Amino acid sequence: MFELVAFYLFAFLTIGSFVTTVKTRQPLYALTSLAAGMIFISAFFFMLDADFMGVVQIVVYTGAVLALYAFGMMFFDSSSLIKEKQRPASTVFILGTMIALVIVSMLVAPIAADHFQGAYPPIEGEGNVENIGYILFTKYLVPFELAAVMLLTAMIAGIVLASKHMNLKESE
Amino acid sequence: MSDVTFYIIETIIKASLVVLILSAIAGFTTYFERKVLAFMQRRKGPMHVGPHGLLQIAADGIKLFTKEDIVPAQSIKPIFKIAPIITAATAFIAMAAVPFFPPFELFGRTIHPIVADVNVGILFVLGVGAVGLYGPLLAGMASNNKWGMLGAARTTVQFVSYEVVSGLSILAPIMIVGSLSLVEMNNYQSGGLLSWLIFKQPIAFLLFLIAGYAETNRTPFDLLEHEAEIINGYGTEYSGMRWGMFFIGEYANMFTVAFLVSLVFLGGWNDFYFIPGAIAIILKVLFLMFLFLWTRAAWPHIRPDQIMWMMWKVLMPLAIVNIFITGLVIL
Repeated sequence: MFELVAFYLFAFLTIGSFVTTVKTRQPLYALTSLAAGMIFISAFFFMLDADFMGVVQIVVYTGAVLALYAFGMMFFDSSSLIKEKQRPASTVFILGTMIALVIVSMLVAPIAADHFQGAYPPIEGEGNVENIGYILFTKYLVPFELAAVMLLTAMIAGIVLASKHMNLKESE
Repeated sequence: MSDVTFYIIETIIKASLVVLILSAIAGFTTYFERKVLAFMQRRKGPMHVGPHGLLQIAADGIKLFTKEDIVPAQSIKPIFKIAPIITAATAFIAMAAVPFFPPFELFGRTIHPIVADVNVGILFVLGVGAVGLYGPLLAGMASNNKWGMLGAARTTVQFVSYEVVSGLSILAPIMIVGSLSLVEMNNYQSGGLLSWLIFKQPIAFLLFLIAGYAETNRTPFDLLEHEAEIINGYGTEYSGMRWGMFFIGEYANMFTVAFLVSLVFLGGWNDFYFIPGAIAIILKVLFLMFLFLWTRAAWPHIRPDQIMWMMWKVLMPLAIVNIFITGLVIL
């Protein structure tokens, strides 16, 4: 019963915040509802007993949307509305419906199939974090390491670019 | 009484106890802070209201509750109103995963003093604590005030600086313990004083403490509300209880960080020689709170570029070297 109540509560909250993100013309509303929606999604992971994924959802999107806020601060006056360019509604409608259909059919396919088994079923008796660790460091080791190296490169490059003039004295 | 009913009642009682006790303690900490700061600066601090100024807390409370609630006409009102709630709420949500005391027996049932025992407790507390910085950010951006905007920009600076250090510094103890659960971390240090993780990970302890000060924006890093530079930063336009909620959130966050440091590095709620565990952790938390105030009295503010410089060019490489050495030793 708890799960049902929580599911519908968070489903409405998530969809509501993302609809606000799309429909509003106020940049601050859009960013805030985006952040809220991303954090509400983590509730579904917690309901599925995927605690680790839930927490990662919170941690990653908090930082990611915060970076968006930083850009928002630089480019928009947050106290005024944005004038949006109106594209032909039919194109948006057709594209949106097609993308939605493709995604929904992809997600529904396993439910419709009569025989469904995960490629890497969870190991019984092991925790959530351990299960992710086994898959990540055996089957997906190479992509994982590649992603790590890319992120490290980006971080070092960022520090070098940002800290070029940090050593200047105050008097200069 | 069935288990489900008991579970519901237990959770509700625990959650309300956490919120009530910690907001009361947060109020009391303001008095404690003023007194400690005063004694360190050879003053007497609040003296007039009640014996030794003890009723000052009540006076402050009455003032905050009865002050006019001003919402600026040109601000973005819904976000302006919701921002303090974000800070206060996330501070208390983060506490849901903190095991405050050792489990004890009550009415024939074992009570675990933790609201929700998620097995990734430490990440949950850090992650939700980080969401708390949305409060100052939204407040600054919504209040349509130059100082507020500067405060919001500095919040972003602070967030991108400390977050990487707190994450990387906590990684080394996690590698040693092999679990993300705060209860496991605590149980790992049950072998007396020498099994405390502070002796195995002194660098991680220091780095995490520094990052914790930045997360709760305490003095060396309180650049988002630096009075001498930007009036009150994000809080410039706030008055009355809305400002008070920022305050409660900040103090509740301080307690979360103090509990986190005690649990991960200082032996948690294990019995300490003749001191029972529950009292031991209270003493540790009180000491860490005193350290917060001591640091505030002893150190000046730093500039935004200095915090970025320090976090990214000094502390972050240090944390990575620490992880590297820990990894080598474990291998």
